[in-house]
Amino acid sequence: MLDLLRRVFGRDSGSKQVAKERLRLVLVHDRSSISPQLLETLRTELIQVISNYMDIDENGLEVSLDSSGNTVALVANIPVTGMKRTGTAF
Amino acid sequence: MGEVIVITSGKGGVGKTTTTANIGTGLAAMGYKVALLDTDIGLRNLDVVLGLENRIVYDIVDVTSGNCRLKQALIKDKRLEGLHLLPAAQTKDKTAVSPEQMCQLCEDLKSDFDFVIIDCPAGIEQGFRNAIAGADKAVVVTTPEVSAVRDADRIIGLLEAADLREPKLIINRIRPKMVRQGDMMGIEDIIDILAVDLLGVIPEDEMIVITTNRGEPVVTDQNTRAGQAYQNIVRRVAGDEVPMMNLDEETGFFKKLKKIIGLK
Repeated sequence: MLDLLRRVFGRDSGSKQVAKERLRLVLVHDRSSISPQLLETLRTELIQVISNYMDIDENGLEVSLDSSGNTVALVANIPVTGMKRTGTAF
Repeated sequence: MGEVIVITSGKGGVGKTTTTANIGTGLAAMGYKVALLDTDIGLRNLDVVLGLENRIVYDIVDVTSGNCRLKQALIKDKRLEGLHLLPAAQTKDKTAVSPEQMCQLCEDLKSDFDFVIIDCPAGIEQGFRNAIAGADKAVVVTTPEVSAVRDADRIIGLLEAADLREPKLIINRIRPKMVRQGDMMGIEDIIDILAVDLLGVIPEDEMIVITTNRGEPVVTDQNTRAGQAYQNIVRRVAGDEVPMMNLDEETGFFKKLKKIIGLK
């Protein structure tokens, strides 16, 4: 009953939810044992590889580990500013 | 042949030593023969929590380095017949004992005692490796905070890597009122995240401070919430099925009011 009242009056978004969400994210990193340095190396290598094929905005590039449910995904958001002319025109 | 249980947490200050003292005292009160082992070399504390600080002659390093026999170093508790403490050394560091020596020590103690409870130091370095080396089972203590649960997760990973599978969790210092208000992670939240079995929950209780001041573990006082919670844990360690304590029990004015107007 009290819980219902609290929900009705919007008191349910306590700091517990913040704690859980922060913990969940920090554990994704901990458990996948990928350090920030490793992620940075991955980022620079990604830039090198992709730059061979297209122009990208290096400063806008975001690489992160994300989790939804029980799965973890590597998410890369890479803004493309232009395509390179490839030599496959024959 | 006894059982060796290591009490660990990763993070400091979450209640490892208090938990070790209470589980040991509770088991001894049930009639078991118990040895408590303080492996926090350099930061000895279990003796103080048990009120045995004035009786120390030899310590764990004296035993492992052969300065004395194991029986000489074990201190008998002043209240309970079956309770014994092997104190940590205060002037050495954690490298004074090796994991192999710890294994041998645990084997020796196991043949004489029903339970050997090891108080592990904070951290994941050699002190931790020593403490878990001879253990058969592990108990992880945490509190409902992001930092403590994170460290518990790391410790669980390291325990499993060291073949101490399925450690049991104790959630310490929970405040049921804050959980109800949505301002503290609850039991289910933590269990969900860590995916381990729960051994027990200890509510925040001022009596812990008072009993620790006196050097008498709270488990001996069954009129306290924390004492009851520890007693439940002790019985579960001994193999009994004990239902989880109802933490939502209200106290004080509103409980009385509800009784009067017939809500309860």
